[in-house]
Amino acid sequence: MTTMHEITLKVNGADYACEVEGRLTLADFLRHQINLTGTHLGCEHGVCGACTVLVNGKTARGCLMLAVQADEAEITTVEGLAVNGELNDLQQAFMEHHALQCGFCTPGMLMTLTELLEENPHPKEQDVREAISGNICRCTGYQGIVAAALAVAEQRDC
Amino acid sequence: MSSFGSSAKRVEDPVLLRGEGKFTDDIHLPGLLTAAMLRSPYAHARIKSIDTSTALELDGVHLILKNADLALEYTTTELPLMVPNPLITKPVTPHMLAKDYVRYVGEPIALIVAEDRYIAEDALERVIVDYEPLPVAGDFREAVKRNAATAHHEIEDNVCAEFVQAFGNVDEVFANAPHIYKNTFFQHRGAAHPLETRAMMATYDELSDHLTFYAASQSPHRVREIYAKLRGIDDNQVRVVVPDIGGGFGAKGQTYPEYFSVAAAARLLRRPVKYMEDRRENFTATHHERDQLWTAEIAFNDDGKLLGFRGTLLHDSGAYVPWGIITPYIAASTVPGPYLLPAYEMKVTCVLTNKVAVTPVRGAGRPQAAFTMERMMDTAALELGRDPASLRRQNYIPADQMPYKMGLIFRDGSPITYDSGDYPACHDKAIELSEYDSFKERQKAARSEGRFIGIGIASYVEGTGLGPFEGANIRVAPSGKVTIHYGASAQGQGHQTVFAQIASDQLGVDLADITVIGGDTQGCPYGIGTFASRAIVNAGNAVHQASEAVRQKIIKAASYMMEAAEEDMDLAEGSVFVKGVPKMSRTLGEVAEFVNGKPGFTLPGGIEPGLQELSYFTPKQAAYANGTHLAEVEVDVETGYAKVLRYWSGHDCGKMINPMTVEGQVLGGVAHGLGNALFEWMRYDENAQPVTVNYGEYLLPLASDMPHVQQVHQEIPTPQNPLGVKGAGEGGTIPAIAAIIGAIENALKPFGVRISEAPITPPRLLELIECARKN
Ligand code: FES
Ligand code: FES
Repeated sequence: MTTMHEITLKVNGADYACEVEGRLTLADFLRHQINLTGTHLGCEHGVCGACTVLVNGKTARGCLMLAVQADEAEITTVEGLAVNGELNDLQQAFMEHHALQCGFCTPGMLMTLTELLEENPHPKEQDVREAISGNICRCTGYQGIVAAALAVAEQRDC
Repeated sequence: MSSFGSSAKRVEDPVLLRGEGKFTDDIHLPGLLTAAMLRSPYAHARIKSIDTSTALELDGVHLILKNADLALEYTTTELPLMVPNPLITKPVTPHMLAKDYVRYVGEPIALIVAEDRYIAEDALERVIVDYEPLPVAGDFREAVKRNAATAHHEIEDNVCAEFVQAFGNVDEVFANAPHIYKNTFFQHRGAAHPLETRAMMATYDELSDHLTFYAASQSPHRVREIYAKLRGIDDNQVRVVVPDIGGGFGAKGQTYPEYFSVAAAARLLRRPVKYMEDRRENFTATHHERDQLWTAEIAFNDDGKLLGFRGTLLHDSGAYVPWGIITPYIAASTVPGPYLLPAYEMKVTCVLTNKVAVTPVRGAGRPQAAFTMERMMDTAALELGRDPASLRRQNYIPADQMPYKMGLIFRDGSPITYDSGDYPACHDKAIELSEYDSFKERQKAARSEGRFIGIGIASYVEGTGLGPFEGANIRVAPSGKVTIHYGASAQGQGHQTVFAQIASDQLGVDLADITVIGGDTQGCPYGIGTFASRAIVNAGNAVHQASEAVRQKIIKAASYMMEAAEEDMDLAEGSVFVKGVPKMSRTLGEVAEFVNGKPGFTLPGGIEPGLQELSYFTPKQAAYANGTHLAEVEVDVETGYAKVLRYWSGHDCGKMINPMTVEGQVLGGVAHGLGNALFEWMRYDENAQPVTVNYGEYLLPLASDMPHVQQVHQEIPTPQNPLGVKGAGEGGTIPAIAAIIGAIENALKPFGVRISEAPITPPRLLELIECARKN
């Protein structure tokens, strides 16, 4: 029998106490155990960035981390960005600048840029491009995503 | 204000941005089981035996299916050839699960169904397969030779189709032309790489003997048809539903073998079964476009007039030809492009190899054709001492020759006729946007700083919007809201928004009150699919026709209801009203309720029941889009890295319904082309073992690789459909490879580097630079 582990964690502000298998990835835990399917899996080997979530405020790859490693952590996923269903400014800017097509990379992009804009509120275009160079998007050519991030930085300044 | 032509924000976005999209793997049905696929580790082998006994003992394993099990479920386990063609001499298609032989690494052998994916993968390792390895047809250039190992043990040689596309008197042209240039091009295109891998889930209802199949498919009706046919059942016993899809780019248009074992498992277990491909499987078992070898000769007169083109194309088909010879056929038909070409001949040979099948990826052979033609144009310009842009411009088909019979016969048997366009004008727009005329100065300044920058140009024509048809089923409910079902499905193109825009103008209804649903075989009885830049032309015009018909029904009923003349009616803001008499108005909801009738009462005045219309649009021929792209690159001659600094697209896809989403399509297409030009390479070793199976080994373009792309549009409507639209899904990719590689060559002119291959990776470019330096 596989051994189960007790973990307690906060996801998007809500408390969870769960039993998980040792080998369960954080991404699979979020997606299939607590049904937060906004975090996507594009490669499951740490390159595409679709599974990016915030763990204690820092980006992490949900596919490379085990659920047990998130014991006692605070996690933010894409579902935690909108407030009462209202898109936040970054999400809004994604819509304005056509920063998504299929939307599969979008959750990871949003989480990566959430961190960037926290750490560097005045990014240059090059900074944005570098920040998201760990996130693959096959649809958009990235231009709308970059424009959205720059627009938010400018807006937040006002 | 008319919605058509405006950059309306996408109605798809809020849900996706909140992480509330419903992709196949996001759907958790009660009792769901998960499957894993046992795949061949050999490129070519005979399966001597499969022992599943230890795997079945594992706790949580429910079922393991092999070919023999499927033979009980289906009339045959061999998949049909989707696009047959008498030219195909070896119409080989795969089995749903391998039958006795495997012919590429990754070929499905057994399906394992378990409580969850983790257990299914544990079980995978416990299945024991005894293989007898067979000789391998690896590189297609070797496989085409006589006495080469064959990709199937029972065939004599690997050539599976040969054909010629030609017009004009080629021999005479080449016997007399004063300037003839030759070259050979190796071209590799990687795979589609949608960020979501292939996804599918089946659930069976025993009571009604009905299967619901969820699939990330670009072509749901095909899946339904083939499933019903192979099970020998009626198509009302199966419904295919397409949830949200994380990109397709051609690869998800195929009816894959995996669909059938997953559906069978759900039926046998009476429980929902899901299968999600992992990324490694996506590399090995989702179809590629891969390798082509072209030879080309181009002929000019002294004044730079193009006289003729001839060549050969060797095409790697992979182990099976499920989609026939579409890709090489399109490639051979695309070479003439936007040019006045008096004589043309392309001899095509398709060869089987022990690699996964080749089927269309965004562009479908056209990028390779454009590369071949445009590289030859560059060579000619260099040799003739002409500017590459002006040499092209001189040879474009002038606008006053439209419609223009290009000379070839298309695969549907009709002569290829470019219906509309003004290639020189579109070219001029792109040239102006790129400040081409001042580039030489920029280049000179850069060189004086020791930097090597170059510019490249490429033009193309693309047949879009091919038939046979697409349908739309539009309904106005008593709530006043509109529902549109259409037959194809969306993978990120923004169909929900764009189709709603089309209906919104006709019906006078806000976008917010229109729901667009694609990819449900129960919503629209027939459909073909979203590929080949065809959805906007086919489904878009079907939506247009159906909403026009519904509009007429509304007017007719309202005229009866209000006792006013039909010609005095107009529709706006969710109501139908008498022009100039604002009080005389009915909401669409009221009209819908009225035409829904009352039990026992006859509908008056020839009014038809229901504000509803199902309409199909059937184009007579393709609508031809075109464009000219320019790229500016800087090459680091020490590392061989070519950075695309700027990029411009001049594009004509006819009328743009939503310019924002058109630009998005072009942008994504350019990024795909950039990947094909610089990075993407699905490598195999000589035994056809794949060696690039993750994103560390296979590079996709990243944000840091992409330049800012500037676009200019020319909107010459096509006469081929009422909306005047042409497809835009692939145009971004088609010329990009040629433009970028042309720019690299231009940057390296001081070294005399010539590039006859794609992609050109940094190590390879460095090799070419070193080689040129030595000479
Ligand atoms: S799924 Fe985690 S990085 Fe790709
Ligand atoms: S929007 Fe499709 S992968 Fe980014």
